[in-house]
Amino acid sequence: MKKDGTLHKYQRLKTNLKNRKPFLRFLGLFLFLAVGLFPLSLVEANDLDSALRGLGNKSRAKLKVAVKRLGDIGNPAALPALVALKNKRLQVSEDGALIIIDESGDHGHDALSGKQVDIKSLDLSKPRINNSVRRVLSVAIGKIQLTSDDPEVRLGAARELLKRPSSDLVVLVEKSLNEESDDKVREIFFLVLAKEGLNSDDKEKRLQSLEVIAKYGNNDFKTDLEALVDKNEKGEYLENDPEIRKTASKAISSLERRQFFINQAANFFYGLSLGSILLLAALGLAITFGLMGVINMAHGEMLMIGAYSTFVVQNIFKEYLPEFFDWYLIPAIPIAFTVSAVIGIILERTIIRHLYGRPLETLLATWGISLVLIQSIRLIFGAQNVEVANPYYLSGGVEVMNGVVFPYSRIVIIIFVVFVVAAVWALLQKTSLGLQVRAVTQNREMASCMGISTHKVDMYTFGLGSGVAGLGGLALSQIGNVGPELGQLYIVDSFMVVVLGGVGKIVGTVAGALGLGFINKFLEPVAGAVLGKIMVLVIVIVLIQKRPQGLFALKGRMADN
Amino acid sequence: MRCLKSKQCSSFITLRFLILSFVLFIVSSTAQAAETIKVGILHSLSGTMAISETSLKDVALMAIEEINAKGGLLGKKLEPVVVDPASNWPLFAEKARELIQKHKVSVTFGCWTSVSRKSVLPVFEELNGLLFYPVQYEGEESSYNVFYTGAAPNQQAIPAVEYLMSEDGGGAKRWVLLGTDYVYPRTTNKILNYFLKSKGVAKKDIMETYTPFGHSDYQTIVANIKKFAAGKPTAVVSTINGDSNVPFYKELGNQGLKAEDIPVVAFSVGEEELRGMDTKPLVGHLAAWNYFMSAKTPENKSFIKKWKAYVKKHKLPGGSKRVTNDPMEATYIGIKMWAQAVQQAGTTNIDAVRQAIGGQTVQSPSGFKITMDAANHHLHKPVVIGEIQEDGQFEVVWKTKGPIRAQAWSPFIPESAKKVADWTYPWVCGNCEKAKF
Repeated sequence: MKKDGTLHKYQRLKTNLKNRKPFLRFLGLFLFLAVGLFPLSLVEANDLDSALRGLGNKSRAKLKVAVKRLGDIGNPAALPALVALKNKRLQVSEDGALIIIDESGDHGHDALSGKQVDIKSLDLSKPRINNSVRRVLSVAIGKIQLTSDDPEVRLGAARELLKRPSSDLVVLVEKSLNEESDDKVREIFFLVLAKEGLNSDDKEKRLQSLEVIAKYGNNDFKTDLEALVDKNEKGEYLENDPEIRKTASKAISSLERRQFFINQAANFFYGLSLGSILLLAALGLAITFGLMGVINMAHGEMLMIGAYSTFVVQNIFKEYLPEFFDWYLIPAIPIAFTVSAVIGIILERTIIRHLYGRPLETLLATWGISLVLIQSIRLIFGAQNVEVANPYYLSGGVEVMNGVVFPYSRIVIIIFVVFVVAAVWALLQKTSLGLQVRAVTQNREMASCMGISTHKVDMYTFGLGSGVAGLGGLALSQIGNVGPELGQLYIVDSFMVVVLGGVGKIVGTVAGALGLGFINKFLEPVAGAVLGKIMVLVIVIVLIQKRPQGLFALKGRMADN
Repeated sequence: MRCLKSKQCSSFITLRFLILSFVLFIVSSTAQAAETIKVGILHSLSGTMAISETSLKDVALMAIEEINAKGGLLGKKLEPVVVDPASNWPLFAEKARELIQKHKVSVTFGCWTSVSRKSVLPVFEELNGLLFYPVQYEGEESSYNVFYTGAAPNQQAIPAVEYLMSEDGGGAKRWVLLGTDYVYPRTTNKILNYFLKSKGVAKKDIMETYTPFGHSDYQTIVANIKKFAAGKPTAVVSTINGDSNVPFYKELGNQGLKAEDIPVVAFSVGEEELRGMDTKPLVGHLAAWNYFMSAKTPENKSFIKKWKAYVKKHKLPGGSKRVTNDPMEATYIGIKMWAQAVQQAGTTNIDAVRQAIGGQTVQSPSGFKITMDAANHHLHKPVVIGEIQEDGQFEVVWKTKGPIRAQAWSPFIPESAKKVADWTYPWVCGNCEKAKF
């Protein structure tokens, strides 16, 4: 579609007016008073055009000046160019024209005229931006977005501005505050004003600001408040007014109280998330080691195979079905399960079944198998870690409280683990196969006498355990590395979870994993990551000393032997 | 013939044959030793460090092939002797001994982690070997038998921190020193602590955190960084090693910490490490090195071209996706310098070569004339700070005007500030407070 230049200008004016209702009112007033719309917008358009051209500047300092000016002009027409600059999609041709490249990277249009251009025929270069340019850009984009129709966009913009308050911002915010109806956005506006108000000369204003901060503020204000109650080297207060000092220290304690609850809630989530990951890693082992009694050192490699299956599915999607790329995880679930289960069954049939009842030999043999699997993966995929991308719905997170973000990937893993545990539980408790599995694990001879083919059951159970480990690998690929040594990282933790929870009980594994997750995450803020890990190990040792059978023990005569 | 029974006879013949072949073998191998110059390559090709060190072995072999293609040195061909210490630190020492005593190598290129270097150091000093160490490290060391072609802290860590303090870098006032728990991060952070103190940063504005090797759950640490950063511009200096970087950066991205708000500068993340990562959440974060693959110099163009051709010719795994990085450049420079010194000395005698290496210059791929310091055995190197891009490459945001001299002993740590590393007369010492002569 080729757009005409004038048509685009008209459209831009239209969107310009549509997006900026407050501004329209303001403009309307002017119109009535004296000046016509035409000359005013013309002046503004000229100013806008020259500032926009500045975005193509080679020097970062001049680039920043141009960005700042665009922010001050506040015309939404500049928004696409600014956003494109931030995302590195704005390019400059040799004659200085600004070209916005679209998301696909194949097409582009001129930022000023809106005309489609053939980007292959031009010699384009990217303006070189760094973090200092990005900071200025965020402020400029925030300033423009304050006048958006969407309250969500306004909220994001206000938050962005709160990060970097300045005195010229106050004027803008005060103006926007009168027209703002959304309470959340107003709250942020108040905070922006309060932050500036702290430095005011008017005592009344400072006290008011402190009140606002105590009411709505978050951790970000602590430094400002602490400066008010700090002493200098001679032991004199930096702040002369005792009333301000008192209000400030009150505000600090109210902030700290709020922060304490936020911290505990955050720790709870972190613990839950770590627990769910440990559970996914250990669930397969709970079946092969817990139910069958095979000391399965190759369990970690089943996780790794699941992760590599995900990687292969991802690559197939990238190659053949790029339009559905974001959904590759859905078919990856059965594939990861099947691949790991089949490899597990092959191992069980060829090696492990000959070693039942000989734990030491099993340990050595499965350890050997794990080395073989690691080396084969190295030979096939290389020693380097491979890249498994997060689909868009698993990147980023949701901010539940001030400053606490729950990443989507972790939330999805928690939901996923609930499903997997429920499925495994249902399979073991509600199906005839599950009944046979439980019968064989409790008393092999008796089960055999009752006509159960114990060999077949062993095979299925080991396959199930390996398959579930494969699912664990799929989940791990979304939060960490995928490399040949992936399994080695989780094998110790998995054994710890199963032994702590009690061998032979799925519910024990769930309790063990969540318990370890919570202990870890509540200890870490206090003790640090290294010491925290050591303390967790000590706690596990003590617990096992006290309860060698684990938290949830099998009851019955078999367990007593 | 004394042997009458055929069985005895045949065994006697076998024995004679064995002895004969053994003698022949010795003769042939000594003959060969006279014709070639042996070069030891001591890099882990298996175990956890294989990821990083394999490329260094490959680039060393490439450089040797290049020298041989031009006729070798002193009329002899170079013969690489590759051994695999398997990421096992004591094995490094054993393999180093094997290279020097059994293979009689003229020089060794090797090691990556500081702990492996510390492990081979006594061997090289005892047997008077020659080691080129190609990786950025924590300093506080200078050996008569080692040439350091990687960066010392003042060629990487200190300039990076200075950049983050500057207005362009974000004017950081608070600092998170985050690392894996071992000697390199601990020593580097010790130096940085003293340096920040000298710049007037208060103790409460520095947060030092360590994680175990292979740590994969960064939720709490990232949340803590966020809390710590509240209210003042903050920067993170990461000495996290290898694998843990992926979960760390993923967590940063997921918790919404943007590079423009809290930039992370990494000292152990290069092009090779980024190959295994989804780089989208990393864009804008920084790394400090002495060389980036994206350097636009004719020397670098030909270096990359040679590397790509070498990878293709030898069908190395990874193929066209293989990249070059800073330690590879350092290895390449090291071999070139050693070759020049051998030419100049006219012999491979270690003492003569050592004398000749001091002051050698090489036009490096990073585009600078690089000199080996005769006094402290370190290279003069330029410092570049780059921003991670979506394609896994770096875009340079800051660099020094020219190469800067390494400080083997950091002037910021009080106890090492007095020490001098100078192997020329009258000092002749790596860690002395007074000249020997």
